[in-house]
Amino acid sequence: MRAVLAGAVGVVLLAVVPLGLSSYQLGLLTKMLIFALFAMSLNLILGYAGLPSLGHAAYFGVGAYTVGLLAVKVVDNFWLDFGAGLLAAGVTSALFGLLALRARGAYLLMITLALAQVLWGIAFGWRWLTGGDDGLPGVPRPGAGLPWSLGGGLAFYYFVLLVFLGLTLALWVVVRSPFGRALVGIRESERRMEVLGYDTWRYKYVAFVLAGVVAGASGNLFVYYNGFVSPAYLSIVFSAMALIMVILGGAGTLLGPALGGAVIVLLENVISAHTERWLTVLGLIYVLVTLFAPAGIMGFVRARLRGRLA
Amino acid sequence: MTFWAIQTLNGVSFGMLLFLLAAGLSLIFGLMKILNLAHGSYYLLGAYVALSVTAATGSFLVAAAAGTAAVVGLGIVMERVFLRRLPHDELPQALLTFGFLLIVGDVSLAIWGGTPQTLPKPALFEASLRFGPLVFPSYRLFVIGVGAVVGLALWLLQERTRLGAMLRAAIDDADIARATGINVSLLSTGVFAFGAGLAALGGIIGGPLLGVYPGADFEILLLAFVVVIVGGLGSLKGAFVGGLLVGLLDNFGKALFPQLALFTIFAPMAIILAVRPSGLFGAR
Repeated sequence: MRAVLAGAVGVVLLAVVPLGLSSYQLGLLTKMLIFALFAMSLNLILGYAGLPSLGHAAYFGVGAYTVGLLAVKVVDNFWLDFGAGLLAAGVTSALFGLLALRARGAYLLMITLALAQVLWGIAFGWRWLTGGDDGLPGVPRPGAGLPWSLGGGLAFYYFVLLVFLGLTLALWVVVRSPFGRALVGIRESERRMEVLGYDTWRYKYVAFVLAGVVAGASGNLFVYYNGFVSPAYLSIVFSAMALIMVILGGAGTLLGPALGGAVIVLLENVISAHTERWLTVLGLIYVLVTLFAPAGIMGFVRARLRGRLA
Repeated sequence: MTFWAIQTLNGVSFGMLLFLLAAGLSLIFGLMKILNLAHGSYYLLGAYVALSVTAATGSFLVAAAAGTAAVVGLGIVMERVFLRRLPHDELPQALLTFGFLLIVGDVSLAIWGGTPQTLPKPALFEASLRFGPLVFPSYRLFVIGVGAVVGLALWLLQERTRLGAMLRAAIDDADIARATGINVSLLSTGVFAFGAGLAALGGIIGGPLLGVYPGADFEILLLAFVVVIVGGLGSLKGAFVGGLLVGLLDNFGKALFPQLALFTIFAPMAIILAVRPSGLFGAR
């Protein structure tokens, strides 16, 4: 009950707060929502199924590039482009999952990294299509095919919020379902789930593809937001950033990773404004979080709540 | 004919550099199950320190020693002070080392700047060698020689010495090794430091060929990963064969299909993964 109440307050805040923000702040909040969604998608496999991936940027990047390329070079139609972006991300994760999910642990990290690098290599090297290192500029805000344009900052924010809330709700349903419970069971002991008769590979595979599609959705949103995509969004740095977002927020909690994603985006903006050494700070965040806050913000909050109740 | 000979030589010398990195990466993983993403930093830092020391002293040997020593020091601190505090879980370990990768890269950028620089070759290997119509830079032959010597020494160490036997025992089963009185803790620090040193050496002798620049740490790390994925994690032979294979693929890829340069490395890797997930020489 309390959770539902807190959720309702959160939604109302997200709906009302932007009305009082400057356009810069509004843009920042939009970006926070997009990256929060990206972190939540990785959390589905990392936090719930216990499958680490160092290549999650692949699906984000495929979504972003698909939408960008279609909108710029083929046809600027929201439904067509957005749908194609989701489909491309889903097909990519379905393909990569076949190769990657035979491994676990460190091997899984390496293989997902290597597979994402294949795409990075294509985006980087295939200049005439993707623009190579310079990236793909000029992606318009969604408008064509929709009843009204999402060109304005506020309209686009509400569109992102709608997608974010819809997919958060979908993820909430998934993790509370018997399917989600089985994923947690696999995380805790895959062997036991096998003995109980679960076809664990199939559960992991479905989760992997689902996470890829949601990551693709965040990539779609991002390319509309940013108007531009470059190979950086397929790179290991971006994949690792998704991991630290999840851990910082609290892996295996529904909203922790969203919080982690929002915090990292906020920090990047604030710190980059004051120093050129953002990457040093980001590196320190990796070191400090893994050493001192492995359970993340949510873990911290939960421990405090438990302490107060006891 | 000349094209093939020169490109093969270039590919083999680059493959030897990759071997120096992959060997350390593979040994560290074999013994400690740590995926050390900071390995690229060791390469970069070794080269940058050597660059500064060369400028100050003019001696390649002193510079090589200083670069290697600095990186070995960093490796020991990372292993003793940081990685030991983490639970035995691959993800936090990998993320911690990734933090170091970011920090070392960014701090190096602040210290040495963003302009690509080249380490001067040692004077002894400035010349080129002639074989009939073929002209080989002798420095590339030197790099190949270093790789071959390191490979042979490592193989002898692992197969023929008491230390090597202890190492193999600890890789096989650390708990049992500990129970028989092997100091696995010290061995781990030693292997970590040694692997870091090899990577630094790679950066130092690679510096005159490839240059030193921001981002070289990531580039070499990713190629070294391809090497261990292709060759198999934890296998010295795999690191050697994989290094050669990736070095050659990279060179011929860049020469023949410049547009698809990276693809020519990652695509064969994906195929090997599909057929043999544990790599060519991986146990498992």
